[in-house]
Formats: sequence, structure tokens, C-alpha cells
Amino acid sequence: MAGAHYLNADYFYYASYIILQYIVLATAWNILGGYCGYVNFGSAAFFAIGAYATVFMSKTLPLPLPLLILIGGAASGIAGLAMGYLALRLRGSFFAIATLALAVVLQTFVVNWDYVGGSRGAYVIRPDNLEVAGFQINYIEYLFGIMMGLGLVSVIAARAIERSRFGYGLATIRDDELAAEACGVPTLRLKLIATTISGAFMGMAGAPFPLYIGYLQPSSAFGLEYALNSIAMPMVGGTTSWAGPLVGALLLGSAQQYVTVTISSAANLLISGIMLIAFVIIAPRGLVGIAEALFRRRDRS
Amino acid sequence: MDITYDLLINAIVGGLLLGGFYAAVTAGVSISFGMLDIVNIAHPAFIILGSYIAFFVSSSIGIDPIIASIVMLPVFYVLGLLIYQIYYLSFERRGQESLRGLAFFFGLLFITEVALILSFGVDYRYVEAAYIGPSFHLGVVEVPLRMLVPCLVALGVFAAIELFISRTFTGRAILAVSQDPLALKLLAIDPIRIKRIAFGISIATAAIAGALLIIIQPVEPSVDREYVGRVFAICVLGGLGSMAGTLIAAMLLGVAESLTSTLYGPSWSPAVSFGFLLITLAVRPAGLLGR
Repeated sequence: MAGAHYLNADYFYYASYIILQYIVLATAWNILGGYCGYVNFGSAAFFAIGAYATVFMSKTLPLPLPLLILIGGAASGIAGLAMGYLALRLRGSFFAIATLALAVVLQTFVVNWDYVGGSRGAYVIRPDNLEVAGFQINYIEYLFGIMMGLGLVSVIAARAIERSRFGYGLATIRDDELAAEACGVPTLRLKLIATTISGAFMGMAGAPFPLYIGYLQPSSAFGLEYALNSIAMPMVGGTTSWAGPLVGALLLGSAQQYVTVTISSAANLLISGIMLIAFVIIAPRGLVGIAEALFRRRDRS
Repeated sequence: MDITYDLLINAIVGGLLLGGFYAAVTAGVSISFGMLDIVNIAHPAFIILGSYIAFFVSSSIGIDPIIASIVMLPVFYVLGLLIYQIYYLSFERRGQESLRGLAFFFGLLFITEVALILSFGVDYRYVEAAYIGPSFHLGVVEVPLRMLVPCLVALGVFAAIELFISRTFTGRAILAVSQDPLALKLLAIDPIRIKRIAFGISIATAAIAGALLIIIQPVEPSVDREYVGRVFAICVLGGLGSMAGTLIAAMLLGVAESLTSTLYGPSWSPAVSFGFLLITLAVRPAGLLGR
């Protein structure tokens, strides 16, 4: 994505932005997938809702980026809630299938919606510099800072959820939904809240993307790599704690940046797919689970 | 826009032919998802694999793609046995099929697709056969052979599966395994073996469906994504595990897509299947002929 012609410092920001974006996506996916056990295959759709909300707003009413992020987050949070309301009342697999189909359909709508560029795509003008309190900031550094902030917020939110009453409720759903419901856990409400939060973070990750890339096409907003990576990263890192998606995103994300530059972007999808399968079969608890097991053994001896 | 009566009739006939083909595409998922409760979302990727194999065999040896796919049936069957064995040992036995099993098939979908891209590129491939091109007319209705032949073969495959499941001992055991594996054990039937066979059959149908697909349209590796939504929409709409329901749902979707593409343009047709899926989930989650 970021070509080799960028100078070293700029390239660092471009590459880090992508990795940070994956931290947000993987953490968001894990709030529903890891904590609650419901698989979302439509991360790309939620990401694209955020991205296209920005395109729509930039044509209708230009706003500063932080507001765009809130709008993108709200739009895809609502989409998550609606999706969840339709599909979560049923078996878990129905939700997974519905989210998978959601990406295809939203892409169909965007391709046919000329206002946001249709199948050709849309330019979003990115300023070179941004003036904040009298200082000139390079815009890519600004985007990097924003994404860094989003990454922090999402990881902190995931950590807080994990240790809250809400998080324990989600864990009971993951372990045995029927038993949870029998014990009086309001399963549907908890699942809907989790879907909304998860969708909102994915949308927030997508909102700055048009400014980052400058020219947004449906195929890049709905990129397969988002759907695949946001599942593969938590699975590789470990799904039961906030640290898992973070570790997975840092590792797989950096590896992919390296492979994209040295081999090809198709090869990095292949690597993610193979890592995903290898980890779910061989190390279902992920890297964090392996690390925990190692430390426990050392404590005992 | 001027929609004439002729155009409408043609769209409906075209949709029914397409629906017959969809039935064959969905038959495999109807077995794996509907009867075994295995959410094999990688199924469409195996269909594309079937398309490429049919393309390769028929263009290098010069035999008909459908015959090529019938020759490939045992290979796909064995592939299915292998995948089920991995799935069983890694997920089903540990009770992790809902999260990690799904992720496994998702990974499989991508690996198959990317492997096809890396080995064949993203160019569209097509096959040649005597029935591709000509069509005959029934009054105002034009029936292209390239749609009719796949539709007939698909209905044949569908009927064969339906007969196998309702008439043979193994077939009935497949129906029983989703409902009561313990009862099968009491009858000295190994439920895992039955599931393995059923999954093998499910993947084997992908070989034929793949050959039919590449007769109907040129194929490139990422075509599988269009079929993921379609296949599961048909399966859910028809009612899980009901072969008759699957056939009706496939016909309905075929006609709906064909009408949509005639009235609003082909770029809208991928949205139809999702609409079907959402309406089914909202109104009647058990599907048309669901239990």
C-alpha cells in the first residue's frame, strides 16, 4: 500500500498506521468473538461503513477528523445492532453467515451508489499539513497519532470490559449460553451491546482510512484482508484476554508489512490464512495461552 | 424503462434454469450445514477448485468438462473425508466447533482462493463444449443450451442425492446422525464414520457444481465470494436439512435474481440473496420446509 518511494520516516508512519488500524480491528472483533464466542465474518463491512461515512460527510458537510470518527463509529455501531437483532436470536452459525453476506451486499450498494463514487471510487482531499495551536503538523503524522489514540482507547476498553460484570456475562454466554440464560443472564441484551461496541470500533478504525489512502474504491474499503486479519490476529494472539489481539496484530501486522514489500500482497493473505488454521488446530489458546502455560510451569518447579 | 411481456417471460425461464444450477451448488452445503451442522463456509472455494480442475482436464485432454468432473468425484470425496477428519479431531471432539471450527473453514476459504490466484492468476477462465453457444426457441422464449445442460445435470445430481438419502441405509443414517448420534451408536453404527461419509459426499458435489459453474460463466478465483451468501441464503430459506426445500428455495432465488438483473441491472443481483437471508431470519427462521 505504501510504496517504496516514501522516505524512511514517512514510510514508518504509513506502515505503523496500518498495524495500529489492525490493533483496533482485532481488538474490536475480539470483544464479540473472543469474549462472547460469536464469529463475525463481516469486519470488512463495518470497516467500510466507517470509511464511506467519511466519504459521504466530506461531500456533504466537511468536518474535522475526530468528529468523522465518531460519526463512522455511530453508523457502524447501529449497523452492528441491527445485524445482531436479526441474527443473534438464532444459533451462532446464523450470525456468522449473515455477517459474511453483509459484506457482499453493502459492497453491492456502494458500487451502485454514485454519490460516494460508485464502482469508480472517490477522491478525498487530504491536506498536507494541519495547524494545531500554532504548530504545523504533517498530516500523516496526525493520522498516525489519531490511530495510535484509537488503538489505546480500544485496548483499554477491551481490558475494562474483560474485568467488568458485563465481561463476565459475555464469558458465560461463550461457555454455555443455555446455562447462562437459565441463571438469569440477559443473554440477548449482552450480545447486542457487544455487537454494537465491536461494530462501532471497526467503523472508527475505518473512518480515517479515506484520508490515509486519498482515493477510496469499494474493493479497497471492503478488502478481504480486513475480514481475514481481524479473525486471524486474535486467534494467533489468543482470544480470551485483551493482550491476545494486541500481540497478534503487532506480530502478524508487522510480518505482513514486511511480506507486502518483499514478496506480494497475495502472499500475505496466504500467510494469514495458514497462520489462522495452524493456530486454531495446534494452539487454540494462542500465543498468550502458550505464554501463560510456560509461566505456570516455571512457577510450579 | 420498457419492460415487455416477452422480456419478463424470458427472465423467469432464465431464472428457473439458473435456480436448477443453484440447487446443485447448494446440495453440498445442504448436507454439511443442514444435516451435519458443520458450517463449511469454504464450500464455494471447493466449487471454484472444481471449476479449475474441470477447466484444466477438459482443455488439456479435450474431454467434456462435466465428464471430467465425474472422473474427479473420488478425489473430491477423499478430500472431504480428510477435511472432516481434521475437523473432527481438532474441533468437534473438543467441543470447539462454534468458534475455532468456523475460523478453520474461513482460513480454508482464503487459502484455497489465494492458492488458486498464485497458481493461475486472476484471469477469467472458460471451457469449450458443443452446447456452449447455441440455443433453441420455444415461442418467444429463448433457451440457451449452456444454461439448460447445467440445469438438467444439476437436477440429476440433486435427484441422485435425494434418492441416496431417503432410500439407502447409509443415507438414512446421515439423516439420523444430526438428530440422535447416541441412537446410532446403540444400533452399532459409528456416527463419526457416517458424518465422514456424508461430508465426503458434500465435497464431492463441489466437483460437479464447479464444472457446471464454468460452463455457465467464466471463472476466476474470487468468484467464490458471490456464492457464499447465495448458497447459505438458499440453505436457510429452504429449511435446514430439507432437500425439497433447498430445491424450491434455489428456484425462487434464481428467478428473483434474474428478474432483479433484468429490471434493475446485473450489478444489483448479489444483494438479492442477502435480502432473502435477512427476510428468512426475521420472518421464518426455520425456512420454508424446515422441521
